[in-house]
Amino acid sequence: MRDMTIGQYYPASSPVHRADPRIKLVILVLYMVTVFFCDSFLSFGFMTFFVLVTVFMSRVPLLKVLKGLKFVLVIVLITTLLMMIFYTDVNAEPIAEWWIFRIYLNGVYAAVKLAWRLLLLILMPTVLTLTSTPTELCDGLESLLSPLKFIKFPVHELALIMSIALRLVPTLIEETDKIINAQKARGAAFESKNPFKKIKAMIPVLIPLFVSSFRRADDLADAMDSRCYRGAKGRTRMNKLKLRVGDVVALLGWCAITVCVLFLKYNWFGWGFIAAWGL
Amino acid sequence: MPFLHLQNVDYSYPSGESDYITALRSVNITVERGEFVALVGCNGSGKSTLARLCNGLIVPDGGEVTVDGMPTSDKSALYDIRKKIGVVFQNPDNQTVTTVVEDDVAFGPENLGLPPAEIRERVDRALRAVGMSEHAKSGPMRLSGGQKQRVAIAGVLAIKPELMVLDEATGMLDPDGRREVLDVVKKLNRDENMAVLMITHFMEEAAEADRIIILDRGSVVADGGRELFATPEVFTDAGLDLPVYVRVAQKLKARGMDIGCPLSARQFVTAVKARLDGDGGNV
Repeated sequence: MRDMTIGQYYPASSPVHRADPRIKLVILVLYMVTVFFCDSFLSFGFMTFFVLVTVFMSRVPLLKVLKGLKFVLVIVLITTLLMMIFYTDVNAEPIAEWWIFRIYLNGVYAAVKLAWRLLLLILMPTVLTLTSTPTELCDGLESLLSPLKFIKFPVHELALIMSIALRLVPTLIEETDKIINAQKARGAAFESKNPFKKIKAMIPVLIPLFVSSFRRADDLADAMDSRCYRGAKGRTRMNKLKLRVGDVVALLGWCAITVCVLFLKYNWFGWGFIAAWGL
Repeated sequence: MPFLHLQNVDYSYPSGESDYITALRSVNITVERGEFVALVGCNGSGKSTLARLCNGLIVPDGGEVTVDGMPTSDKSALYDIRKKIGVVFQNPDNQTVTTVVEDDVAFGPENLGLPPAEIRERVDRALRAVGMSEHAKSGPMRLSGGQKQRVAIAGVLAIKPELMVLDEATGMLDPDGRREVLDVVKKLNRDENMAVLMITHFMEEAAEADRIIILDRGSVVADGGRELFATPEVFTDAGLDLPVYVRVAQKLKARGMDIGCPLSARQFVTAVKARLDGDGGNV
């Protein structure tokens, strides 16, 4: 249970770590959109190259990044398999046939592309959480959403709630462990095969957890009050987000990559090599 | 005018449908600037209620609490009161707002609306004062109980209050952690001339204060310097245990060896040694 992926920050000193979290978030969104425009192996390879460059620049060991993919690998495999099996291509002969399943060459291509796309979609957020602390991300989000203040959207409150929630995740996990042990000591059985029994066994864990969460919330509110908190009014920040030249360069770089991918997809000038490679 | 002044304070909280439990009954307490006061009492004596009254988290039913002349019943003064009185609570886990130590310490000064450079300076100073500078960037979850509580103290310190109230801040710590926190608090009182009101039920901690206030079932039963330990009855009547060296000294006195009233293990050893050397050991 301790193996939570939130707050998996990998401390290191790298340009990616130092980058403005706002830019990182914007690049992430841009990147996600771009991945959806990828449709040829060439463009997938192109994107993968730049993801690897980012990972390399972040000085996070590649293995650590790939570990983030562990949890979704099963989902990726299942979707890929289904894609391969159920793809039908009326214009081509199947390359393999068994019972009612027919596998087509284009089906294999489509499945590989799907898997590749999913992995790319997960890789970049993993890199983001490995290189930015939850606080940085909250600050970045708060700053990005700040125009919404004009329509009375509680941006600061939302960011604070997020930051407190993230901060309490490990505390509550610890608490859950303690309660489970306490209930086990009283003879509660959590190791039942029956899923309904298993869910029912969680009730004596969840109720104390709720009660103690409310108590914690009260305590925290007192502590915040005592430390002069009165909402966003007149509040300043210690680490003011500062946009540096490097951040702008990174953003422009990713914009260029997006343009390249769009170019590979639409081939506006009808260049032959793209058509030849564009599987 | 005293810095913190509780005048005839009454406080009761509801229990059940229509019942009330009296937590404090006409309590009068003053704390001056720069003082180190220990407030002791056993469970249910109203200690924690008193802590919450100090900075206006709750308002007394009767009487008045004033901080530097400002009454806590005045809602518009609360912000200024909380700038002058910082409170450290019992559970360090329930006082941290963020996931990084220095960000958490910065929370208070950020609320004061200070310029970023000054916040940075205050945070660094506060962390240095509690000896946690090397952990500035780490997550509070990886620290020990004593370290977490020192971070909580730094968080209050960064607001630069004139009085720090510690509401059983060592209650959940092991002896090492208690020592760490107490040393830091004593140092702050000595070096920064910050007044301290330490609420505790550990007599060893109370013995280090300049003044001791004993609370029993909602009333102040004694208020005085360390000489209070010379009359142990005031403590035992309030349901409190004396520090072990005081108890041993009492036993010795009953057997005819008067070594006075030692206020620490070290003093005890010196007193006994001086006595044994002087008398040639004929007890």
